[in-house]
Amino acid sequence: MNTSAQISNAKLNRRLLKDKLFTYAIIFLAFLSSVPLFLILFELIKKGYKQINISFFYKVAPDTMEAMVAVKNNEIIPGGIANGIVGTLIIVGMASLIAIPVGIICGMYLAENSKGKFAGVVRFIVDMLQGVPSIVLGVIGYIWVVKPITAGFSSLAGSVALSIMMLPSIVRSTEETLKMIPGTLKEAALSLGVPYHKTMLRVVLPSGISGILTGVILGISRIAGETAPLMLTALGSAAISTDITEPSSAIPLLVWEFYNDPNLVDMIWSASLFLLILILCLNLTAKAIAKRWKVQY
Amino acid sequence: MESTVLEKKEVEAEVKAQPYKVNNMMQNPIEKIESPILNIDKLSVSYGGDKYSINDVSAGIAKNKITAIMGPSGCGKSTLLRAINRMHELYPDTHNKGSVYLGEEDIYKMNPILLRRKIGMVFQRPNPFPTMSIYDNVIAGYLLNGIKLKRKEKDEIVEKSLREVGLWSEVKDSLHNKGTFLSGGQQQRLCIARALAYTPEIILLDEPTSALDPIATAKIEDLLVKLKKDFTIVLVTHNMSQAARISDYSMFMYLGELVEYGKTKQMFTMPKDKRTEEYLTGKFG
Repeated sequence: MNTSAQISNAKLNRRLLKDKLFTYAIIFLAFLSSVPLFLILFELIKKGYKQINISFFYKVAPDTMEAMVAVKNNEIIPGGIANGIVGTLIIVGMASLIAIPVGIICGMYLAENSKGKFAGVVRFIVDMLQGVPSIVLGVIGYIWVVKPITAGFSSLAGSVALSIMMLPSIVRSTEETLKMIPGTLKEAALSLGVPYHKTMLRVVLPSGISGILTGVILGISRIAGETAPLMLTALGSAAISTDITEPSSAIPLLVWEFYNDPNLVDMIWSASLFLLILILCLNLTAKAIAKRWKVQY
Repeated sequence: MESTVLEKKEVEAEVKAQPYKVNNMMQNPIEKIESPILNIDKLSVSYGGDKYSINDVSAGIAKNKITAIMGPSGCGKSTLLRAINRMHELYPDTHNKGSVYLGEEDIYKMNPILLRRKIGMVFQRPNPFPTMSIYDNVIAGYLLNGIKLKRKEKDEIVEKSLREVGLWSEVKDSLHNKGTFLSGGQQQRLCIARALAYTPEIILLDEPTSALDPIATAKIEDLLVKLKKDFTIVLVTHNMSQAARISDYSMFMYLGELVEYGKTKQMFTMPKDKRTEEYLTGKFG
């Protein structure tokens, strides 16, 4: 009796120990997965903070001679990334203008006809689109817009390529959000004699606004840091360019240019830091909107 | 549950009191309504294929009365109700035979949008528009249909409708809060107010109290009895005692067929069809 109790006690202790070890292992691994972000931020801040001042935001990227002189005199490199910021705003803005209406309407269609054959095909294609490599979208932008429409590299071509890239996230988030909205809401509006299109646009869509906006912002944050498609479409520009038919710079393109110029290496860190913080902010906004604007049924 | 048992006892007591009247099953179990506001004429509705959810239903709906539609689940009572303002057409592949006349007009030849403005509907679960305030919910029919109203007209409609459903004193200080913060019973009365605000001729209610507690249910029942002086009410209920309490006419449906239709009192005391009697006495359903 006594011995058996002791054995079971020992067994119990071993189990408890295992249990504890497992818990700590989980906590450690969870911690480990958040380490890279902090390491990246730390690295970027350490190397990039020097370059970030007011002129960083309103001056265009320096040319290699200016940078070389500055580096030689142990000064910070003059100039900033204003051409990249303006370019990114214009390209991402136009891409959103193209992708948001198309994506939301497509998502609405999928939510409304969840079992239809055509809807199934569309859903499959949208999922496939998500997996298309971004450089391929760049090639598409080049073939569709650069050659036939703007007769040269342009920010419009970049927008078209990026809009295709952000489409899947908008479509799927709209579809998933609208599917969660109770059908009785639609019935309520229709039973008041409200036409179908008004029911969808003024009752159903506003009820899902938080989910849809979250999807849109995540889509924007996905394309804001995209480089490869822009290399084949927007190309880059040393000056601030607001003409959408002309080549334009963008922040990720600048990072690539800085990398290719040994004199401008210091600028990589600050431009990357800015881009990273921009995207983190977008993600945080998406989270806040999902929480704040949530509609209670 | 308890109320059903009570009802059964009541019915049995009445039947015993008038033994000589029980045996009138030879009469036509479908009563003809004089000058009905709505006339359902040989209506059959199918959700696809050859199977009809309701079959060859003919009945008139009396003006300014409450008509209850009863029957076991799946008997087609909701389908019949929805066929009256063509909400059943939201499902794909529906088709129907026969017709329904609102006055002289065949509703299946009318524009469904215009029809639904004349025949309002209240649903099983309260469904106020979650993005709108209480105020906007009441005038939602006008807002969403783009009908411009002056500020004063809006205020009048909101106050009148909310007073009619007995919600005015409860919400008059929070008209611009969201309707979804109200209790279930209040939400349902808000939904009734929303249907009333548009001054329809007929209001259809699809088990309006099945998601509510007894107190909220009692309030809505009182409200419906009060409302019948201005509106014609058609109500689907699976609660027999509710039908007995508030309706003037009752329909009993079984397997898509209208088995019996007549004055509620008569149906509950002397059902003409054997199936009605069995349902009312709790033998099935």
